Amino acid sequence: MKNKFFVDDNGYYGEFGGSFIPEMLYNNIKELQKNYKNFIRSVQFQTLYKKILKNYVGRPTPLFFCKKYSKKYKTKIFFKREDLNYTGSHKINNAIGQSLLAKQLNKKTIIAETGAGQHGVATATVCALMDLKCVIFMGETDINRQYTNVLRMKSLGAKVIPVCSGDKTLKDAVNEAIRYWINHPESYYLIGSTVGPHPYPQMVADIQSVISEEIKIQLKEMYGSCYPNYVIACIGGGSNAAGSFYHFLDNDSVNLIAVEAAGHGIKTKKTAASIHCGSKGILHGSMTFLLQNEDGQVIPAYSISPGLDYPGIGPMFANLFIKKRVKFLYSTDKEALREGYELIRSEGIIPALESAHALASLKKISFKKEDTVVVILSGRGDKDINVYEKFLTKNLSYDE
Amino acid sequence: MNKINDLFKRKNSRILCIYFTAGFPKINSTTKIINTLQNLPVDLIEVGIPYSDPLADGTVIQNSNKISLKNGMNLSLLFSQIKELKNKMTVPIIVMGYYNQLYKFGEKNFLENCKKSGVSGLIIPDLPVNLFINKYQNLFKKYSLSMIFLVTPQTDSSRILFLSQITNGFLYLVSSNSTTGKIVDFFGKEQISFFEKIKKLPISTPKLIGFGIKDKETFNFSCQYANGGIIGSSFIQSLNKNNLEESIKKYIKSIVD
Ligand SMILES: Cc1ncc(COP(=O)(O)O)c(C=O)c1O
Repeated sequence: MKNKFFVDDNGYYGEFGGSFIPEMLYNNIKELQKNYKNFIRSVQFQTLYKKILKNYVGRPTPLFFCKKYSKKYKTKIFFKREDLNYTGSHKINNAIGQSLLAKQLNKKTIIAETGAGQHGVATATVCALMDLKCVIFMGETDINRQYTNVLRMKSLGAKVIPVCSGDKTLKDAVNEAIRYWINHPESYYLIGSTVGPHPYPQMVADIQSVISEEIKIQLKEMYGSCYPNYVIACIGGGSNAAGSFYHFLDNDSVNLIAVEAAGHGIKTKKTAASIHCGSKGILHGSMTFLLQNEDGQVIPAYSISPGLDYPGIGPMFANLFIKKRVKFLYSTDKEALREGYELIRSEGIIPALESAHALASLKKISFKKEDTVVVILSGRGDKDINVYEKFLTKNLSYDE
Repeated sequence: MNKINDLFKRKNSRILCIYFTAGFPKINSTTKIINTLQNLPVDLIEVGIPYSDPLADGTVIQNSNKISLKNGMNLSLLFSQIKELKNKMTVPIIVMGYYNQLYKFGEKNFLENCKKSGVSGLIIPDLPVNLFINKYQNLFKKYSLSMIFLVTPQTDSSRILFLSQITNGFLYLVSSNSTTGKIVDFFGKEQISFFEKIKKLPISTPKLIGFGIKDKETFNFSCQYANGGIIGSSFIQSLNKNNLEESIKKYIKSIVD
């Protein structure tokens, strides 16, 4: 599939992307660049991938028409229920896709980074299923705030390595995973989002594109038209956004909205909004937008949601921003918490704090009555239940 | 004439190159370390610019980077520290950093500052060679700065030859596929077959071995296969912030004496 927003033959999205890696990783990256496309697009892969998604993950995930929200926002609102995937988020799609590639390349050990622990759990799960050794890097800060996911990974047989460098969150977990890969070039690095050196961003987007493939089919069945007016997704590195925008990128009638995590606000230092607050530079092997100072030192990100707590963004999105194909909004910690909690009480759905950022943007967009709006619920919020609980206690004491 | 090329014209064996992180252990250690090193039998000095995310580095250099940044080291300060020594500098200086540092500072601005402060070469491990050729090679020529490329035991022969033609000053042989400072089996099979392979290739550029050199024995070994060696983590670990000069003298003595 050709698309002007996909990676070009040199590994770039316009001026973004590329492969900025030390020589020690040259062969590893070359191997992926050479093999991924043919493999991912082969009938053999697609058949197997779709079969596992159906029988193991439980796809397709529902596209749920939400009556109450539609009434409240005076439009037609749907939730794409990625939270109903086995292991609780869209991350499992990518973990399955890439581990099939790893198998094809005859790799025995998988390494991965994780922030919220969702990618780590997905990877550990697939490794158990496919008899692969699994090493997960996770920042100490995240280990503390997403501990149930650590227990899940361990029980699945993964080795969880705490990362104590930097501010001990997702960025540092990626650093440590890359260092481990340099020292163990025989392993497969299963990156969790549309970030990293070429070909990772495009490969992860290709694999996650199943999300928008399903949305098209589901909308067509309900309305006779494949195309919504809006698709709204939260964005950390960009994998759930890439997957849900993928098949709509070349149709300008579909408004694509990516919602960044603003933490305490985009005017503060405690933020993770790389598009709103960042500048052009290199992070984790690709040219993109990142939070950095004038010397190019990376500034630690902050967000209440560990999956969005990352100072960069996938290069595909840096380009989509510059080319104005995707509109970027942001939600603060507070807004996300409030809207996440709203969904819990209104619909009985506990969304991941990451996904709650997408929900919080609904208030900021003026929809038409006849618009079809798809909000991606990228994951479930069981992992965040303590944070919701704290928020609830605090707010009840305000109210009463 | 570039000082690095000059050096290899004068001397082509047992070249000792020392790497350290600028601004470590103290912010003003940079000049003290350079001054001390150049009065010792050290032929080349590689100054690491501290970075928040040094992907190719192990814990020792990560730690020195972190402390240096905490000490307040930044690029303008580093250039002014090196510039202070310009007239007294006898040994060529190489700076090592990551591409984002060069990019964000402004490439031209960065190279101009290198030139003005008396730097002779750069090592930027994550700068792709093709990008260098297309975008920077002429600029490096203009400022007569060397760009030094790395090869590893996994690099195939044709790429080694290619990189040996692009690199300027010397070719950096990374002794094992690893981050810096890892304890490598320096005399292992993989290392020796890599060094032997390199020795047989028609490479006219001088070669220095780095990663894993930590004492006299490993340095001597590297001299058997290349024009010399580069020591980093082991040197940094030996620095005593209460008596910097003495600790440096003692360390260099333990390597070449
Ligand atoms: C539920 C959920 N949503 C979103 C994200 C953000 O990642 P991405 O932008 O790659 O979708 C994460 C990351 O951990 C996540 O767990």
